[in-house]
Amino acid sequence: MKMELIQPFINAADAVLSQGLQSPMAIENLSMEEEAYRFKGVAAMIELSGDIEGRIIFDLAPKTAARVASHFAGTELPETDGLVREAVCELANQVIGNAVAVLNDQGFKFRVHPPALHTSEQGPKSTEDTEALVLCFDTADGPVFMNIALRYHNPTAQASAVGA
Amino acid sequence: MEQFAPVKRSKDGQAVQYLIVDDSVFARKNLGRIIESFGGQIAGEAGDGLTAISEYDRLKPDIVLMDITMPQMEGIEAAEKIVQKNPEARVVMVSSVGYQENIVAALQRGARHFVQKPVKPEVLYEVIKYVLGEDGAVASAAGAGA
Repeated sequence: MKMELIQPFINAADAVLSQGLQSPMAIENLSMEEEAYRFKGVAAMIELSGDIEGRIIFDLAPKTAARVASHFAGTELPETDGLVREAVCELANQVIGNAVAVLNDQGFKFRVHPPALHTSEQGPKSTEDTEALVLCFDTADGPVFMNIALRYHNPTAQASAVGA
Repeated sequence: MEQFAPVKRSKDGQAVQYLIVDDSVFARKNLGRIIESFGGQIAGEAGDGLTAISEYDRLKPDIVLMDITMPQMEGIEAAEKIVQKNPEARVVMVSSVGYQENIVAALQRGARHFVQKPVKPEVLYEVIKYVLGEDGAVASAAGAGA
């Protein structure tokens, strides 16, 4: 997986989380995964199709999700509140939307599908083509995991976009 | 949340009425909190473009805050349909997918402005004042409760 595909997502996560939580964050850990992804708690997955294909998973432990959602909502939300899951979806939407805006302006054309919540324990297994990069962001509210598995679908678009 | 000097309607001094359109309940609640901090009032909400069109006809709000990526009918198409029927409608797109192509398409099809998510209240406040133009008036802080 090329860094030029990943960097916009890291930058967007940094911007959205830092603004929403009103505190700085850092990348605590970064690893490549080929095995099926094991969800930590409340997870939202967004699929991309077009010149770039794949999926991004945003995943937070239930307690962290409640704390992050409370921060974004400006009011205390219990772990069981449906708004917590909504907040994780919206967070994923904002991070991915911001990253996609950067990639689109670089010449890549693709479609972002609406976020889907995951409640099962295991996520989709990565393949050789779509080896997943798992990033752990250390925030004041706890760790936020972003699992990115993307690949170029259209090599012509890759060449023209990178050369642009 | 920071409080802003209330923006009222010039014609009657009443609160500006908003229709909030977003498929995320969480996003609608957040936007609602922000516009209340401007002294605005939520006239209604919709979770997709089709409902937005019928809610606009029913409520005739002063401003529509419209997401782009939504089920059934996306925001840009809904904005176009609302403006075709109601040329005076003020639609502000509020979306995280703020790439140039999308922004241009939204403006060409009738939206008055574009605000990138995550929404910064101070940015939306300025956009609202700009979009209302002479139809909006900023009340003094002392008159906020009036």
